[in-house]
Amino acid sequence: MRAVTWQGVNEIGVEDVPDPAILNGHDIIVEVGLSATCGSDLHLLGGYIPAMRAGDVLGHEFMGTVVETGPAVTKHQMGDRVVVVSFTSCGQCWYCRQGLFSLCDNGNPNPGITEALWGQSIGGCYGYSHAMGGWAGSHAQYIRVPYADQGAFAIPENVSDQRALFASDAAPTGWTGAHQAGVQPGDVVAVWGAGGVGQMAARAAMLMGAERVVVIDRFDNRLEQVRTHIGADTIDYEHSDVPAELREMSGGRGPDVCIEAVGMEAHSPGPQHVYDQVKQQMRLQTDRPTAVREAIYSCRKGGTVFTLGVFGGVVDKFPLGAVMNKALTLRGAQQHGHRYIPEILDHMSRDEVRTEHLATHVMSIEDGAKGYRMFKEKEDGCVRAVFVPGA
Amino acid sequence: MSPGVAARAARAGGALVGQVRSSLGGSSSPAGASRPASGWLAVTVLCEPGALDPAALPAPLAELGDRIEVDVRPAPGDKGTELYARLRGRKARGGGSAGSRLTGNDAEAELRSALRRAKQLVEVGEVLAVDPAPHGKRSATPSGAVLESWTKDAPAAGVL
Repeated sequence: MRAVTWQGVNEIGVEDVPDPAILNGHDIIVEVGLSATCGSDLHLLGGYIPAMRAGDVLGHEFMGTVVETGPAVTKHQMGDRVVVVSFTSCGQCWYCRQGLFSLCDNGNPNPGITEALWGQSIGGCYGYSHAMGGWAGSHAQYIRVPYADQGAFAIPENVSDQRALFASDAAPTGWTGAHQAGVQPGDVVAVWGAGGVGQMAARAAMLMGAERVVVIDRFDNRLEQVRTHIGADTIDYEHSDVPAELREMSGGRGPDVCIEAVGMEAHSPGPQHVYDQVKQQMRLQTDRPTAVREAIYSCRKGGTVFTLGVFGGVVDKFPLGAVMNKALTLRGAQQHGHRYIPEILDHMSRDEVRTEHLATHVMSIEDGAKGYRMFKEKEDGCVRAVFVPGA
Repeated sequence: MSPGVAARAARAGGALVGQVRSSLGGSSSPAGASRPASGWLAVTVLCEPGALDPAALPAPLAELGDRIEVDVRPAPGDKGTELYARLRGRKARGGGSAGSRLTGNDAEAELRSALRRAKQLVEVGEVLAVDPAPHGKRSATPSGAVLESWTKDAPAAGVL
């Protein structure tokens, strides 16, 4: 089959790879219908997450059709149209039973790598390095889905492929941030990053009853999407003092909840960006935490800061004093999509969550390198490049 | 890759991780990477204590026979059952360098892997497999050799 593969730092290829096979009783094979690029892929592409091997198949956000089922699968059958959560989680361990699916004890076959890096292992993720399990990704004609009764979800008839696609990762990641941050009716919520995940975090916060939601970015087309499709307010950080604007928008208090949906390659217009870039390139820090710092300074006393963007290692100049003295709650997580996807699909079927606008560039899988280039460089207003393996 | 090259690659990976973790922890040994003094390795399994009988252990642990001793205790807070195992006749101290533990090249690597597989068998009913996973052409590079070796040993590696 054809697949988009990582071939080295900033090198993407399209090549023939073997078809996947059923290896465990709980597996299904899915013929991929649509597979999206994700901002977190750019960390792999840029070499910031080092456990990638040339030839690894990329992609973790996808939907498609079930074409084969293992003998222990009870929920799915051939021909089902499904969306699959990007994390591999067993559904049976203590963490999964608490709804903390991305912390699964059993979903990462290579636990030694993340135990070495972080002290404990978390679940696995498709197409996201050997540290996260070495699972083949979804930018391919077919993909093997382990623990399919847990991770694959039937798509309601009235939800289009392009809408359901983002119930795989962007939307449940956004839901994870808003819910785990404890958004309450009446809250003012600020979201850093107007990509797919940031937009979905904002939408989730609105549906959870937030009084006002504000999304911060610098790209006009993304901020316009937020206003048009999400219904939230926006701040362009290149033309505004973000903490000052947020104070004004919240009666001088600062936001109750600050959700950072940017991650380890954050940008800022100030000198701290140069500082962070130099330290990252010299490997003196692995991640650039610009947006996290701003979220911590902006958050109201006693509020919550949630790191939803992907970070891999260590950061510098972290304002721990503000965290402690302002009595902030600092939380983070990969997505626990298994618990949120049914609710998200319901919202999608009622037209309360719309995501088609995120797929700004839909193309053949043969255009894998072009798609990643457009996505990375944000060419032509690219918010997400989406591949159609069957085209 | 020959066994000698693989072993050297694993050692290189272990040394690298050890160096990184040491620099973060500010000590000569990576934080949390040492074996407990008692020698017990433990996992918590989400099951009733009665489901783990030391006399009828899951196959991965049963295969180690008299080489290990096992203890089972209820976990607090309804977290399941704590399953402990350690090697008989182990050295009183040590248990391999931090680098060798983190890369699965220490004496307890086989036991570590067995505990993880036993937990999966009880909780899920099968041991998760990832290989063979579809992939494209693998170019031969030093960093690729280190990663392949570390990945191969990762199921038996770590701080467990």
